[in-house]
Amino acid sequence: MNKVLVGIILGAVLGALDGLTAWFTPAARAGIAGIVFGSTIKGVIAGVLIGVFARKVHSLALGIVFGFGVGLLLAFVIAQLQHGYYLQIMLPGSMVGLIVGYATQKYGESSQAENAGSLG
Amino acid sequence: MKWLGDGTVDRLRANMQTPDLSGTRYRAIRFVAGGGMAAIWLADDTVLQRKVALKVLDADDSPDLASRLSREAHILAALEHPGIVPVHDAGTLADGRVFYCMKYVEGQRLDDCLTKVPAIADRVRLLLRIAEPVAFAHSRGIIHRDLKPENVMVGRYGEVLVMDWGLGKILNGAAVEFARPGADADDRACFSANARVTDHGSVLGTPGYMAPEQLVGDIEKIDQRTDIYGLGAILNFMIRGKTADLPQDRRAVRRLRAICAKAMHPDAGQRYRSVEALSVELAKYLADSPVSAYRESPLERLLRVLHRHRTAVILIAVYLLMRLFFILLARP
Repeated sequence: MNKVLVGIILGAVLGALDGLTAWFTPAARAGIAGIVFGSTIKGVIAGVLIGVFARKVHSLALGIVFGFGVGLLLAFVIAQLQHGYYLQIMLPGSMVGLIVGYATQKYGESSQAENAGSLG
Repeated sequence: MKWLGDGTVDRLRANMQTPDLSGTRYRAIRFVAGGGMAAIWLADDTVLQRKVALKVLDADDSPDLASRLSREAHILAALEHPGIVPVHDAGTLADGRVFYCMKYVEGQRLDDCLTKVPAIADRVRLLLRIAEPVAFAHSRGIIHRDLKPENVMVGRYGEVLVMDWGLGKILNGAAVEFARPGADADDRACFSANARVTDHGSVLGTPGYMAPEQLVGDIEKIDQRTDIYGLGAILNFMIRGKTADLPQDRRAVRRLRAICAKAMHPDAGQRYRSVEALSVELAKYLADSPVSAYRESPLERLLRVLHRHRTAVILIAVYLLMRLFFILLARP
């Protein structure tokens, strides 16, 4: 599976799960659908960015750092929109980015490998 | 009458064994090693100004062994592979002894070199490199029949060479492969006769590394799987040696021992079908993937998968713990 696809799928799944955990916060339970949708979109955006980065840069360490940074940045934007819950949103958000950064570097196939595979 | 001392006798014997290189382009430098039928000498190639190794038949050996050494040279010439020492020249010396000239490999024998390679994974990688020239020889219809650590050289720059093809066997139908473009009918007939040099019932090989079919001298049953047994025996030597640094993970050790047991199965039909199949299995072992030689329980399989993806598992676990912490924090 190519790196961008790995990033999108993992970003969407982890984003959706991240959003679903809001159900445990009574104050946020009413708007859970919007939170899950927004969180999934955030995950997909992070996945695309991290996947494209992984395609260009073949480094596990840099992939993790980039993923962490993208996750942190997007979570910060969400926290700004929420006007609060900075720690609860930014810490897991950056962790999701870090996991996607690791997975795209570790499990995603580079485009050259895919081309070789299709030729073989 | 004056008796000669032991030292003198040894010197005389050594002088007698020293090959007569007069009339050749080679000049003997020193004796390197002796085997069952021949000695290896380091020599100087005076034309190309390089060091070479000469394998020279022992002075008092029979025509059968001369034929065997000649056949070994032909086998080496037919096997052009980076993992097989190249032969440069072959012939008969002025003293009537058959010889051939090959590349001089500076390095260590595998059994000596393993002390520097304690990690089992690195040893398995070494075995994979030993398997390459053996698989190549099999593809050309030749089997080695004497695979053991003493017959593998690890060069100074990490190159791995399978040596001593003196017991090599040419499998049925492979003789045609050796007919050189310029060879005449006599040459081909001679070489074809050499291909059948092993008589039924004769036992050739090294105890501890010989497959059961070799031990009983059943040459009809000797084929590629005999070398697979030899490779399994080398693997066994690698993992059971005192210097072996076995993995902490017991499951990994069990899987490796199962591969070894399958390669060394007394029944040739139960061994790996080819060297490639053994190599694939070893590569799977290195990649922490399931191997056919070892049937894992569901729990073992789960633990192996978790171990293989341990970093991802740890990251997800940290994330889940973090989430749990925030959920508990949010509870009234």
